[in-house]
Amino acid sequence: MKVLCGIGGSDDSFRALDRTVERAAVANDDLTIAVVDNEDSSVSPDEVVERAEAAVAEAAIDAEVRRVEGDPGSRLIEIAETEEFEEIVLGGGHTSPMGKITIGSIAEFVLLNAKTTVTLVR
Amino acid sequence: MSDRGYPDAVADEFPPPPTAFTDREDRELEIRPYEGDAASREALVEMYDAFDPADRAQGIPPGGEERIREWLDAILGGDCYNVIAWCGDEVAGHATLVPDGDAYELAIFVHQEYQRAGIGTHLIRGLLGHGQANGVEKVWLTVERWNRAAVSLYKKIGFETSDAESFELEMGLRLRADAGPDGDAETDE
Repeated sequence: MKVLCGIGGSDDSFRALDRTVERAAVANDDLTIAVVDNEDSSVSPDEVVERAEAAVAEAAIDAEVRRVEGDPGSRLIEIAETEEFEEIVLGGGHTSPMGKITIGSIAEFVLLNAKTTVTLVR
Repeated sequence: MSDRGYPDAVADEFPPPPTAFTDREDRELEIRPYEGDAASREALVEMYDAFDPADRAQGIPPGGEERIREWLDAILGGDCYNVIAWCGDEVAGHATLVPDGDAYELAIFVHQEYQRAGIGTHLIRGLLGHGQANGVEKVWLTVERWNRAAVSLYKKIGFETSDAESFELEMGLRLRADAGPDGDAETDE
């Protein structure tokens, strides 16, 4: 399957990265990892790219890591549509100290506007 | 997170528990702080095990006794503040403040058999009174925006919306003035 995984540096985005890479290695997915701007993230995009490249190398899969600038939600959808991706994978939300899950604005935008299936990794 | 917003104005004084009242169904209830005793903890497990899944919000309370116990371990810890609404030996509701940096996150749960009887208002006021008595300065929460009953309860208490950009509203309340540079609470008097 042709899969687009969007990550911005939050904890849940790294969880999504690891699971998507793991799955790609088993299912032989055609995977692209898009490193997007997330202003709530404390990790810089360059570091996120490094983490993604390391995960891809470790799993020994052939996946592209691409830096995507601009509004993260709309850029992910644009890429998914123009390049005919079949699925978008994102982090499944931030968990507060209380244990409450909140879904970020990027995930909300993609869920509501994408034509593809969207997977939120928990 | 450090960029949460809070009202400039300090909230009213809330009554510290224990407090007692009669609910709208003529049941006698008492709000008491959770003191760490095993019997209260078991009564809480029992309430959450019987909690209607339709009343879960944002993943809590979790389902199943094992996950309920794990979750309670995290929110009944020594640095958290918890109050329970008791109807005799039964837990009718529970509210908690969990530390998050320089503020506390609030959550409140009322068992389905005790809802719509005014217990939530007493419970949250009791929790905030307990927090004020222990020096809590700032409280925040998130609530699903369609949950109008909860949003209006929080507004009535004095919470103001600090972030409305996601599925969930984020709201904040200032319980005491910010601590000054010497560590004491500043006063306006």
